[in-house]
Amino acid sequence: MKFTGEDAERLAEEGNFSYATDYAYDAGQGLGEETVRYISSLKEEAPWLLDFRLRCLEQFRRSAMPDWAPLKKADIDFSAIRYYLARDRVPRRSWEDVPDAVKSTFDRLGVPEREKKFLAGVEAQFDSEMAYAHLQEELAERGVLFVSSAEGLRDHCDLFRPFFGKIVPAEDNPFAALNGAVFSGGSFIHVPAGIVLEKPLQAYFRINAENFGQFERTLIVAGENSEVTYLEGCTAPRFETATLHAAVVELVALPGAKIHYLTVQNWSRNVYNLVTKRGLAREGAQIRWLDCNIGSRLTMKYPAVLLAGRGARGEMVSLSIAARGQQQDTGARMVHLAPQTSSRIIAKSLSIGDGIATYRGSVTVAAGASACRSHTRCDALLLHPESVSRTYPKLSGHGDGCTLEHEAAVSKISEEQLFYLRQRGFGENQAIGLLVNGFFQDLLRRFPLEYAVELRRLLEMEVEA
Amino acid sequence: MGKELAIDAVTVLQGGQCRVENFSTALPAGQVYALLGPNGAGKSSLLRALAGHPDYAIASGSLTCDGESLRELSAEQRARKGLFLAFQSPVELPGVPISQLLRAARQVRLEEGQILDVLAFHGELLAAMDRLAMDHSWAGRGVNEGCSGGEKKRCELLQILLLKPRYALLDEMDSGLDRDALRLMAGVLDGLRREGMGILLVTHRKSLLDLLPPDRVLLLRDGKLLRSGGRELLHGWEMGKGGEAAEP
Repeated sequence: MKFTGEDAERLAEEGNFSYATDYAYDAGQGLGEETVRYISSLKEEAPWLLDFRLRCLEQFRRSAMPDWAPLKKADIDFSAIRYYLARDRVPRRSWEDVPDAVKSTFDRLGVPEREKKFLAGVEAQFDSEMAYAHLQEELAERGVLFVSSAEGLRDHCDLFRPFFGKIVPAEDNPFAALNGAVFSGGSFIHVPAGIVLEKPLQAYFRINAENFGQFERTLIVAGENSEVTYLEGCTAPRFETATLHAAVVELVALPGAKIHYLTVQNWSRNVYNLVTKRGLAREGAQIRWLDCNIGSRLTMKYPAVLLAGRGARGEMVSLSIAARGQQQDTGARMVHLAPQTSSRIIAKSLSIGDGIATYRGSVTVAAGASACRSHTRCDALLLHPESVSRTYPKLSGHGDGCTLEHEAAVSKISEEQLFYLRQRGFGENQAIGLLVNGFFQDLLRRFPLEYAVELRRLLEMEVEA
Repeated sequence: MGKELAIDAVTVLQGGQCRVENFSTALPAGQVYALLGPNGAGKSSLLRALAGHPDYAIASGSLTCDGESLRELSAEQRARKGLFLAFQSPVELPGVPISQLLRAARQVRLEEGQILDVLAFHGELLAAMDRLAMDHSWAGRGVNEGCSGGEKKRCELLQILLLKPRYALLDEMDSGLDRDALRLMAGVLDGLRREGMGILLVTHRKSLLDLLPPDRVLLLRDGKLLRSGGRELLHGWEMGKGGEAAEP
């Protein structure tokens, strides 16, 4: 998601992030057993995986959204969605092999520049299959796997299967089940024990077809005492009818491992963004989520960490913006299953116009998990009188000597702040942009510089829109 | 016409009340005018109205900056024309670093299509901070965030140094400053004055006027210009906050 200022302007003008693409493989519209079988056969999957998909489909049919959810299954016409599209099934590894139309997309978004500059490997998903996947030799030399979900499950089944579908089971929620049935694309990463990756791994993906739900699936397994940072960012085209994005992300941090997962999402205004993210942290391991939600019609996302070993640490930092007509229903879940585990949640949201930003947090401490600590900080900024912020924190502790804290604040931009900035020469929108950037400043600092710069620009665009 | 900030027969309304009535003065470039008066005399109201605060309307009269009318312009347009208001109690802008604010403020003052030379700007910023004895780490701090009164005033002065206004309206710029800081501020302001900046100074402190002798003294009471004259007006003028306007 690399824009130049000119790109941003052009995109804002066109209101459309899409390119014309002809699809070589298309599962057609609708969701049935034959759709699932088609996807599975196209990927030449093992029987166990087809069984998994069919079980998930069955689970999806049985499931219902929880009572509190701002979305019911009936709100989406699942028969009108296209569940699989691929321009080309074979992931490409050489830049020369990438079709020109795809290159023009990447050029516009700056992917090659980014790769040149700093990153260990760029993996980008063009619609549901990887169009461009490049593993730097460094990664291969160190035994790190960074592959598509299909490749991971086919060629490295022994590494991934033990965890696949175990951290986020299909029973968790209808969209996790739906993903299990029709998933394609996404990244599978395996970092061997003791390997510390200094540079972040990066994925780039986007949705590029109307009525096409994107169901990517990510699984990261970090071996004992290994460290990995993963970056995902996306833009999506803007279309008239609703688009569904239902992803599943599973993280496994084995004892002493550290996983840092960064997401920057800027969905077009008609996307339902329903993502299930969950990590399992074993003894002394650490999982940190850094999540930025911009755009979409409705986002529901509550990244979780299961703190399953003594001394494990979990963190969720969330930045969300609910612009006019949008709903960001986000939060975090920390489950303390072992003694001396700690967690931290920082959530900041901005509501613009009639935008609704909701925080749902849940921190639970299991019986026997003693001496756990958890701290939640929740800040909301409301831009207009009609802007809405809601907070639903849930803290429940059973263990001995646990400290669970929750702080929350709601603020508005004052007339005096606006006048101060106008007196310094800024128009009202610019002034609001500066103040909004200031509100998020401490969180923006946590992003790599390039992302932080993009985010600032995006924030300004949102505010000025 | 020479270069000046001309305030002619200005009446200021706020909340339906008349705060300043029929006020006139013309501040030439490179001069210091002291605006004195007791609390509630209308000094701050006048400065806010001049700067274009939406709640302080110039109901009648004219305001021109070097011959160009400002009255019809918004606060931000007046600022870009070179009018600067140093606030009596500068508001905090949490998370907006002073460096970012100034960089953006310099950018908006450029012609369309021009891009600020960021490196040169940064050098300028650090030099200005040195001049004001501010630690460089201050550049990354939120504007006025968690600052003492004196620190906020120093931050206002830093902005003047970087934004180089033609006319600066200083609303009790000296409050909260110790003697050394006051001396430093007066020295910097005097330097800017010599470079051509006009200063309209609201203060309750005699010592600032000793350090930065005004070219003209304006006495305001109950929203009206009581007297206007040379430094001799300072003699016998009660400088205290209560400001019982002991007339000479």
